[in-house]
Amino acid sequence: MKAIRKLWMLVLLLAAPAMAQEGPVVDKAPVNLQDRVSMQRGAKMFVTTCLGCHSAAYMRYNRLKDIGMSDDEIKALLPAGAKLGSTMQGAMDSTAGKAAFGVAPPDLSVTARSRGADWLYTYFRSFYKDPTRATGVNNVVFPGVAMPNLFASMQGEQELRLENHGGHEVKKLVLVSPGSQSPAEFDATAADLVNYMVFMGEPAKLVRYNIGYYVLGFLFLLLILTFALKKEYWKDIH
Amino acid sequence: MKLLNNLIGWIDYRFPLVSTWKEHLSEYYAPKNFNFWYFFGSLALLVLVIQIVSGIFLTMSYKPDATLAFGSVEYIMRDVQWGWLIRYVHSTGASMFFVVVYLHMFRGMMYGSYRKPRELLWIIGMVIYLALMAEAFMGYLLPWGQMSFWGAQVIVNLFSSVPVIGPDLSVLIRGDYVISDATLNRFFAFHVIALPLILVAVVFVHIVALHKVGSNNPDGIEIKKHKDANGIPLDGIPFHPYYTVKDIVGVVGFLIVFCAIIFFAPDLGGYFIEANNFFPANPMQTPPHIAPVWYFTPYYAILRAVPPMFGSQFPGVVAMGIGAIAFVFLPWLDRGKVKSIRYRGSLYKGFLALFVISFIGLGYLGILPATPTYTLIARVLSIVYFAFFILMPWYTKIDKTKPEPDRVTFK
Repeated sequence: MKAIRKLWMLVLLLAAPAMAQEGPVVDKAPVNLQDRVSMQRGAKMFVTTCLGCHSAAYMRYNRLKDIGMSDDEIKALLPAGAKLGSTMQGAMDSTAGKAAFGVAPPDLSVTARSRGADWLYTYFRSFYKDPTRATGVNNVVFPGVAMPNLFASMQGEQELRLENHGGHEVKKLVLVSPGSQSPAEFDATAADLVNYMVFMGEPAKLVRYNIGYYVLGFLFLLLILTFALKKEYWKDIH
Repeated sequence: MKLLNNLIGWIDYRFPLVSTWKEHLSEYYAPKNFNFWYFFGSLALLVLVIQIVSGIFLTMSYKPDATLAFGSVEYIMRDVQWGWLIRYVHSTGASMFFVVVYLHMFRGMMYGSYRKPRELLWIIGMVIYLALMAEAFMGYLLPWGQMSFWGAQVIVNLFSSVPVIGPDLSVLIRGDYVISDATLNRFFAFHVIALPLILVAVVFVHIVALHKVGSNNPDGIEIKKHKDANGIPLDGIPFHPYYTVKDIVGVVGFLIVFCAIIFFAPDLGGYFIEANNFFPANPMQTPPHIAPVWYFTPYYAILRAVPPMFGSQFPGVVAMGIGAIAFVFLPWLDRGKVKSIRYRGSLYKGFLALFVISFIGLGYLGILPATPTYTLIARVLSIVYFAFFILMPWYTKIDKTKPEPDRVTFK
């Protein structure tokens, strides 16, 4: 009886953290590593925009072949002085970055793994106007962020409104001046970038699932054979 | 065939090849009634080999240098041929080592494998367990991510709470006043040379001790009591070929789980590889929540559950340490008339169930940030954890046991 009560306590315990999720709520990123075209669009945006300040020092340009880009397409993206085998160095060194933003822009090679795809997807879409900040913007999932809103021309500008929903206040972002893309189009743009960054965080992800199916298939076959072998040997044990 | 026999003869004249083979494999008699739980010993050996081999290949590309370590791991993940696979084999292997060892230890607790004449075998096993914890702890620093750095910082700081020698002791461990390049280098040395040597040596001794006393079995009775005219236990079967072919099935079953994790979920939702460890180590920025890897969290929860006394964290550290080595005393705490859970009474079964719940519960709490409610639950579970050991002489003695069978039960 005592054991059963303890067991119930454990069940409640296991459920508790799921109920009390900490930190800001993030949207689910529509990551799809089958969609090479989306990753290519994301890669182009990443190289032309993000690398202005950030680096991705563990990522080589020629790795973009993994997502179906040709040598010529990659060469067209290369900054001056970079070769196909070069890693993605930022245009700005970290001291200059620190001088400009107060903090050095972080390397983005594995950000999709440290922050998570959902966080990135939400972050890109959650800048809002904040006159108290030097950059004029702030971010819902990264309060006090040093990065200016690079997406403003596409997404437009948002404002943070507090709305009253049945007694408690809910933070809501409202588009106040539209950009060159509709909200749905911009969501797709953000998804492309996230898709690319997930690939960049772990290029092996494109191949490991496929190999995994073969490996498990082989092992299941081996399991049947080894089990039959064991049965055969153990026939004479009574 | 004749050539082979000649070769074996040539070697055997100079080295005890045939007799060793017979003594430890073809004429080593193991009880025939081993069940599922008896896979984990050979699996632990398998994981040890996997870790050593994958570790050798990782060492070829890893740089034990605070400025290069993080990048060299990413280099392995991207630029080294199949480097990602080698790395995931090693990271998954670390966690699976503990899965297998915990199940192996639990098997010993269920069937009373630590009882006479296997006390020394059990103690040698505990030495392996402690060496494995040191090995895993030092290895976890090597990727040089935020959790590597701050996890090591928290654990090494525990040593500084030891009275009198504490501060000097922690400096000795780190080789510096903070976790730094010096720490990384010495942990690397321990992780790739010192501890693996110790592990392999003690595992060897563990097997030698096992083959001296013979394996226990799910019935907890000695098969050596009933021997045939040739002195072979009636319920014993040669390890080779019977248990070699059986263990191969276990190996394949294990590899299915192992490979499923490697190829489909190497992070295992953050339990095997933590997201925070993809931020490079930054001594200037403490992460909001530091938790050790899952296999240490039961003891970490015990540490946090003990309130500081006399302004010192030391009592918690002591409780944590005793919690980890308490298993050593089992052979002398257990006063039961029978060894196996099959013939024990409900009292022992209840206490063992509570122990499992407290161990898993503490492990889970150790991952979470400490809130007042969680700390309270952790305290209750810590008391349950220690009660299992402290009360053992009492409840095993008065427990209503069933009579043991004379011969092993085999379907």
